[in-house]
Amino acid sequence: MGEKMSRKPYVREVPKYSWFFRRPRYMRYMAREVTCIFIGAYTLLLLVGVMRLSQGQAEYEAFLAALRSPVSVVFHLLALGFSVYNTATWFNVTPKALPVQIGEEFLPGGVITGAHYLGWAVLSLAVLLMAGVF
Amino acid sequence: MSERVYQLEVLRYHPETDSEPHFQRYSVSCEEEWVVLDALNRIKETIDPTLSYRWSCHMAVCGSCGMMINGEPMLACKSFLRDYQGVIRVEPLAHFPIERDLVTVIDDFMDKFKRVKPYLIPKHEKPVSEGEYLQSPAQLKKFKQYTMCINCMLCYAACPEYGLIPKFLGPAAISMAHRYNQDSRDGGRDERQEEIATTEGVWECSFVGACSEVCPEHVDPASALQQVKIKSTVDWYKEHLMPWVKK
Repeated sequence: MGEKMSRKPYVREVPKYSWFFRRPRYMRYMAREVTCIFIGAYTLLLLVGVMRLSQGQAEYEAFLAALRSPVSVVFHLLALGFSVYNTATWFNVTPKALPVQIGEEFLPGGVITGAHYLGWAVLSLAVLLMAGVF
Repeated sequence: MSERVYQLEVLRYHPETDSEPHFQRYSVSCEEEWVVLDALNRIKETIDPTLSYRWSCHMAVCGSCGMMINGEPMLACKSFLRDYQGVIRVEPLAHFPIERDLVTVIDDFMDKFKRVKPYLIPKHEKPVSEGEYLQSPAQLKKFKQYTMCINCMLCYAACPEYGLIPKFLGPAAISMAHRYNQDSRDGGRDERQEEIATTEGVWECSFVGACSEVCPEHVDPASALQQVKIKSTVDWYKEHLMPWVKK
């Protein structure tokens, strides 16, 4: 009794640029975030394609030829893989954001995630149909 | 029941004498069925009475004994010694200032919790003589999981956004706001939106999802925050594109 309480709270700073190395779950989060760069890069490539198309047939055919280069094929494979990863990670968490309650019960998460995959498949098929693949 | 010796490395900090925290190793004999909190109690009773930490119920209800155990936010009363190999490293909850040893300063959370008005604000006040505010099982189920929060703050210790941007309102406070917003008897959403539908509110969340992974009561705060984002976005569109539609 009588002794004065002294307070000196100690603050531990979070390392600004390396915090995500601390736990595997933070690395998974960063992987999800970083893979969106490839979706952005592919969108830019599509825009370049549209621009070349507007410049005339010769330019567009040169663009198509460039797409067949090994560097381009590697980029496309990487972009496809990372885009699928990014999309799947987001689809898998949709039940958290969009719960559907019917009566008392909530729809199982798998139904909501599955609906997203189904929509993805239907849209992809529609695009392939329009592109004359079938 | 058999006893064996466990090694615990505990982060110590005495504000009167220390300039920064340091680890102290304890070898303590514990029964194999014990949890980390039991080991801390045995240390305090038999080895070092100066060790400070918070605890109360010893049954994952009070939410007092949250700490970092091998780097993971855990309730010490729910972390069984048998689940750990080698030295068990015990630290105070991350992202909170250390008051002393394993005791953190939680004023920031308490202030944020108050700001979201975590109580029922009835749509229509009525005298007791008119009876109860009725609610169907379906209406209750809509928010029930969010009522399970025990304010243990493990979600704040797991959330990197809160660690980097301490102004962030954080998972538990926003989840509790969502819990009342989802309650059919409540009419206080507009008041809570002032706090949660802001940059320092829900929009600071980038959906790492760590809060839900560490939650000992399976509240799933990440789900509450994403739902608040969607509802706040709908509010914005209604306000700007369909001003004639009443919220």
